[in-house]
Amino acid sequence: MDLSLTEDQQTITELFASFFAKECDGEFVREAEPLGHHDELWAKLIEMGMVSMGVPADAGGGGLGLLDLALVAEVYGSSIAPVPFVEAVVAARLLAAVGSSGSELLASVVDGSTATIALRPAVDRSARLVPAAAVADIVIALDGDELVAVSQGASNRPTAVKNLGSGPVANVDLTLSARQVLAVGNEAQQLYATALLEWKALTASALVGLGREALRIGLQYVMERHQFGVPIGSFQSVQHRFADDATALDAAGLLARKAAWSVDEGEPDAVALVSQGFIFASEGAQRTAGDSLHFHGGYGFMLEYDIQLYYRRAKAWSIIWDDPRRELARVADALYGPVGAA
Amino acid sequence: MDFRMGEKSDEFAKEVADFLDEHLTEEVVMEAHETGTVHNWGFYKAMADAGYTRAAWPKEFGGQERDPFEMAALSDQLNLRHAPTDGSSVTLMICSTLRHVGTPEQQADIIPRGLNGEILICLGYSEPDSGSDAAAAATRADRDGDEWVINGQKMFTTLAHEADYVFMLTRTNHDVPKHKGLTMFLVPMDAEGIEIQPVHTMGGERTNITFYNDVKVPDALRVGDVDAGWGVMRVALTFERGGSMMGQSVRLVRLVEEWAKENLAPNGRPWIEDPLVRERLARANMLNNAGALLGLRSADLFNRGELPGVEGSMSKLFSSEKFLAICEDLVDMLGPEGVLQHGEDDAPSAGWVEHAMRHAVVTTIYGGTSEIQRGIIAEHGLGLPRTRKSDRARNS
Repeated sequence: MDLSLTEDQQTITELFASFFAKECDGEFVREAEPLGHHDELWAKLIEMGMVSMGVPADAGGGGLGLLDLALVAEVYGSSIAPVPFVEAVVAARLLAAVGSSGSELLASVVDGSTATIALRPAVDRSARLVPAAAVADIVIALDGDELVAVSQGASNRPTAVKNLGSGPVANVDLTLSARQVLAVGNEAQQLYATALLEWKALTASALVGLGREALRIGLQYVMERHQFGVPIGSFQSVQHRFADDATALDAAGLLARKAAWSVDEGEPDAVALVSQGFIFASEGAQRTAGDSLHFHGGYGFMLEYDIQLYYRRAKAWSIIWDDPRRELARVADALYGPVGAA
Repeated sequence: MDFRMGEKSDEFAKEVADFLDEHLTEEVVMEAHETGTVHNWGFYKAMADAGYTRAAWPKEFGGQERDPFEMAALSDQLNLRHAPTDGSSVTLMICSTLRHVGTPEQQADIIPRGLNGEILICLGYSEPDSGSDAAAAATRADRDGDEWVINGQKMFTTLAHEADYVFMLTRTNHDVPKHKGLTMFLVPMDAEGIEIQPVHTMGGERTNITFYNDVKVPDALRVGDVDAGWGVMRVALTFERGGSMMGQSVRLVRLVEEWAKENLAPNGRPWIEDPLVRERLARANMLNNAGALLGLRSADLFNRGELPGVEGSMSKLFSSEKFLAICEDLVDMLGPEGVLQHGEDDAPSAGWVEHAMRHAVVTTIYGGTSEIQRGIIAEHGLGLPRTRKSDRARNS
């Protein structure tokens, strides 16, 4: 066992951490609302290879594994940058996994196009509540028996729905744009399932990063804010909640990293671990952001303070997938087999 | 990063499992359960003969020089099988402390007997009026030539009735701030003037109150310098902290998983197909995995020569709180049958859930309460201000 990062992993996480520290503060995030997307920032990140680095080397990418990407996702989550990192990198890896039928689209992604993936199968040729769909060039969805990609030009991108996390979430009518079949049948199902697994793994890490930054913001605030003549951070009720939050986030960070590692290594319990990491990171991020906002008192409720940006995203980033209790049911399926299978 | 325990650790786990098949009989487990004395001399001796008491110790002590991940495997196996190691683990913790702060004579006399499974050492920190505030100890030691005379009372001296020594915190100076007037002793339990009164607990464990009336202890059994007892305590605490309850929790969840697969719900289907059972077990599994990683993080730090501080507190806090939460949740899950105790025919999982719930309560209390751990995390991990009164304010 070795829980330390490699030199490469340290280099790449520091690279993105310093980029976000320089380019993207709370004010920047706020100004990109309500769409929750900033084209120029995203273009710079694409230029840095943030998407292509996750594509296998033999498909022209940087060949990073899911764990490497999870570490970058932690940094991204801390910044809550208005860019669709997780969706874009997962969709790019899916296009690479598809093989020849996705090679043209993959080439355009490596060249800077943005792809995203619908998190639930399409119903009546419509993919609902697709993250990043309002800003993506390519939307991948499971449509019946087929895994399909629709290429939407800048003019026929769907309008984002108003949503809690101010993310570029949209409903996609799969009949409106050029539709291309990537895979069918069992193969389509498996490719789709792997992509969703990767999406959950990376979102879990992003939520860990989000939670840590919410904690940092809260800690700074409770040391600055004085009531009764002392910093409110000197009160035990404040300290103990933050101690619990910090502990849960550390545990969530380890679990999310292990989950991503287990996918890379093809471990038999990878599916259960990814779901557990996702649920636990969601809970940790939400509780921490909630506590941090609460300790801001009335100020935390004001749009002008950054903590509300984190509070809203902590819930929105996880719930865009599903009710966490349904996800626990999937953990049980992975651990004990589906009901009635035996 | 690599999350595998590693070949060495996996092999050692197998070796220990075989050892436990042979030596950890049903009688050994049940004796501890029935008497509440979670120690067994025969099993302790067998552990010593197999070298497991000195598994992490260097060769000069006859040790096996096992790394922190092998030690984690050893502790996993002992927990999974419910081995009665309360006495041996405290004894070995004090042996480790003596290795760092004991005199050469103490090291030569005590350590080999501890590692050989011949003696037991219990802890004498807590008193009726000082628990978490251990440095407020009032039990006094007064010098009388080459001897010390000890008077006072200690609480929760678990296993005192089996022990050869009590590792005792005493007050030797009343005129200085509380942390600076403490001295540590190894008090022989056969000395005159010691009275042991049993205390029975909700968890089924027996502990004790011990009384010390003019107990004479040779200066040779003083550990560390006079009035330097708090520093000795801190060394002992570094060996104690970071203890994880997750192994006990993993054992419990496995037992309940077996029960749920083998027993039928009123609808005629196995309980494991019940959605509420599945959800609760899935959550328990998730918490166990998360908690185990906090424990392994400490092992990883040890392995690279660092001492877990805040990380150990996080592991202790999380593992004990979640262990208790899981127990309470699983009792709920079992419904009315959840209250049935070990020995009742209808008790699910042989009543071990009910037993674990009563026991788990104390894991959030001993070894530094959850509140103490949260305070350490807040102060040393998060950089928040100290909330307790300083010594000076208290003593002036």
